[in-house]
Amino acid sequence: MTPVLDIRDLSVVYRGEGGDVRAVQNVNLSLNPGEVVGLAGESGSGKSTLAYGACRLLRPPALITSGSVRYAGRRGGASGAVDILAMDHDQLHKIRWRDISIVFQSAMNALNPVLRVQDQLLDVIHAHLKLPRGEAREKAASLLDLVGIPRQRLRSYPHELSGGMRQRVMIAMALAADPEIVIMDEPTTALDVVVQRDILAQIVELKQTLGFAILFITHDLSLLLELADRIAIMYAGQLLEVGTAEEIKREPAHPYTKGLLNSFPSLRGARRDLAGIPGSPPDLRDPAPGCPFIPRCGYAVPECKEVDMSLARVRGTTGPQHVTACPIVSLSSPESSQEGVLS
Amino acid sequence: MTDAASGDASVNNAAASGDLRSAAAARGPLTMEAVGLSKDFRLGRGAVLHAVTDVSFGLYKGAVVALVGESGSGKSTVARLLAGQERPTAGAITLDGKQVAIGTRRAFRHYKSEVQLVFQDPFASLNPVHNVGYHLARPVRLHQGPHVNVNNTVTALLEQVRLTPAAQFLPKYPHELSGGQRQRVSFARALAAQPTVLLADEPVSMLDVSIRLEMLNLLDDLRKRLALALLYITHDIASARYFADEVLVMYAGQIVERGPAEDITQQPAHPYTQLLIASAPDPDNLGSVLKSGNSAARAGAAATGPATAGCPFSTRCPLADDKCRRENPALHQLTATRAAACWRLSVAAPALAGGAPNL
Repeated sequence: MTPVLDIRDLSVVYRGEGGDVRAVQNVNLSLNPGEVVGLAGESGSGKSTLAYGACRLLRPPALITSGSVRYAGRRGGASGAVDILAMDHDQLHKIRWRDISIVFQSAMNALNPVLRVQDQLLDVIHAHLKLPRGEAREKAASLLDLVGIPRQRLRSYPHELSGGMRQRVMIAMALAADPEIVIMDEPTTALDVVVQRDILAQIVELKQTLGFAILFITHDLSLLLELADRIAIMYAGQLLEVGTAEEIKREPAHPYTKGLLNSFPSLRGARRDLAGIPGSPPDLRDPAPGCPFIPRCGYAVPECKEVDMSLARVRGTTGPQHVTACPIVSLSSPESSQEGVLS
Repeated sequence: MTDAASGDASVNNAAASGDLRSAAAARGPLTMEAVGLSKDFRLGRGAVLHAVTDVSFGLYKGAVVALVGESGSGKSTVARLLAGQERPTAGAITLDGKQVAIGTRRAFRHYKSEVQLVFQDPFASLNPVHNVGYHLARPVRLHQGPHVNVNNTVTALLEQVRLTPAAQFLPKYPHELSGGQRQRVSFARALAAQPTVLLADEPVSMLDVSIRLEMLNLLDDLRKRLALALLYITHDIASARYFADEVLVMYAGQIVERGPAEDITQQPAHPYTQLLIASAPDPDNLGSVLKSGNSAARAGAAATGPATAGCPFSTRCPLADDKCRRENPALHQLTATRAAACWRLSVAAPALAGGAPNL
């Protein structure tokens, strides 16, 4: 299958007086049509920068220093694929929202507090679809239908809606132009579990009827295991492991992934010992050679400093797409001893 | 509760005498107690919001009680009532057996040295223009009197929350710290008053998943070392399973279920608790209904708010009948340490409700 979005060797830096912050380093990631790819990592790991960089949504001091982002959608043109990073302003304007749209993290901040929901939806519709006024209104109403909000809410202001409803309006907005790719940046982080589950189920339902692909960004790996087809684990601006949800859950290859899986308390089954990941992420201004996870890794050996961080197929796995940046730890390695066990 | 069936007769006798034991009581003596606590907020034009209604529970030395519920369920209002920042509309709070009366500033200051609150958002709860040293030195001076060596005490506090070397953190400003480090400063600031009760209002929900566990471990360690009576407020019932002794589930200002953490999470009785647990992300569920896009996954949709009459959950409850919509159920004791407020327990949790009368 040809990926609808193919990110190759993408690097992004933030220019600063104290030197460049290497927020994204040589990342390769692809998204197939209709697929849900989860991008997991802690704050500051570069997951949002990666996604926004791929859509050229970053402004200085952020700078894309290398890579290509090939979009091969139905509107991709005769050649089949176009490089988003090489597009001019007009081309970008055409592709944004119509082909690739985004659900931003905080619905509270992303909606304009002084405009009614209807006006904000109409804004999007007028900017990206050339519809007569009456049809545009009907489109706005049908978008609310799509996400299960009663039509009379068109006249509401954002503060009159609950957090879950606001997030649904954001989703409706992202789907206005029937995009092929929807980037979701922590869309449910601020919501309660019940509302969160409801919205996720709705997203998947919409995905199935409308057929878009999703790049789902979150720090909550437990959520992705249930939701995503494939999962990419990001740390300090680099991908450490990519695999199907099944592979990540059953045979995590990178020590960081193992740590993440051991970080969340589970509700079902016997109580496990939880370890967490002691320490904090490295300074991206002055990265040490080799693997960035060395200071927090229970398996670290001297050779880790020479690891080149390219993704290679996991030894001993049956999955053809299960790749990891760690050549040291194999699936059969014994568990390392970790501190601070909560049982 | 595997032995629920055999113990039913005696359990119901206990219920009649109102003899519910807290699962946290095994850890230590009662430190703080809330009895029939209610708080109404006037909204103007005669409208009243019942934020908290008739909530009773105890906090015990060296034990963790978790208060679990969704946003708007009144969890934070309970914390603010216990912290003395709001006055209850009805009910009483006792601390070490004495009823709390905050009449004067002096009394309030004294109260604060016993009961401290940790806030959810470490980005908002520290003052951006003051450094870490200032944030800690002030409560030390205020609460520990003029005779302590402030520098040594502050250093010890930072070591207690594992911000070491302390000298390196003293001059730092909040923006120079990570979220986890900021929350550690908040913990240290609360401990500076040498409290006996710590109220932690969603202390980890703003932090990354990978850091949450470390923070909960730290809180747990502090609880043990300082014999704190801890109230842990959260919407994450999974963390309550690991961290708390007793869990109180709150919905629309009322406690709808309470009991030992493990029992509640493994065998929830109240339909709301069951919904909460069914909604939590389940990493073991790889073939989730979520992936298939099955609309059955949305059965618990929160399209409506709580009911104004009858059981507050009746508008969302799949089991609700006419009685539920008419009368609000009181907490009904199920075992020596468990209780739930539901008319339909015989359907919702038949194994637990066994001999429950009139259900």
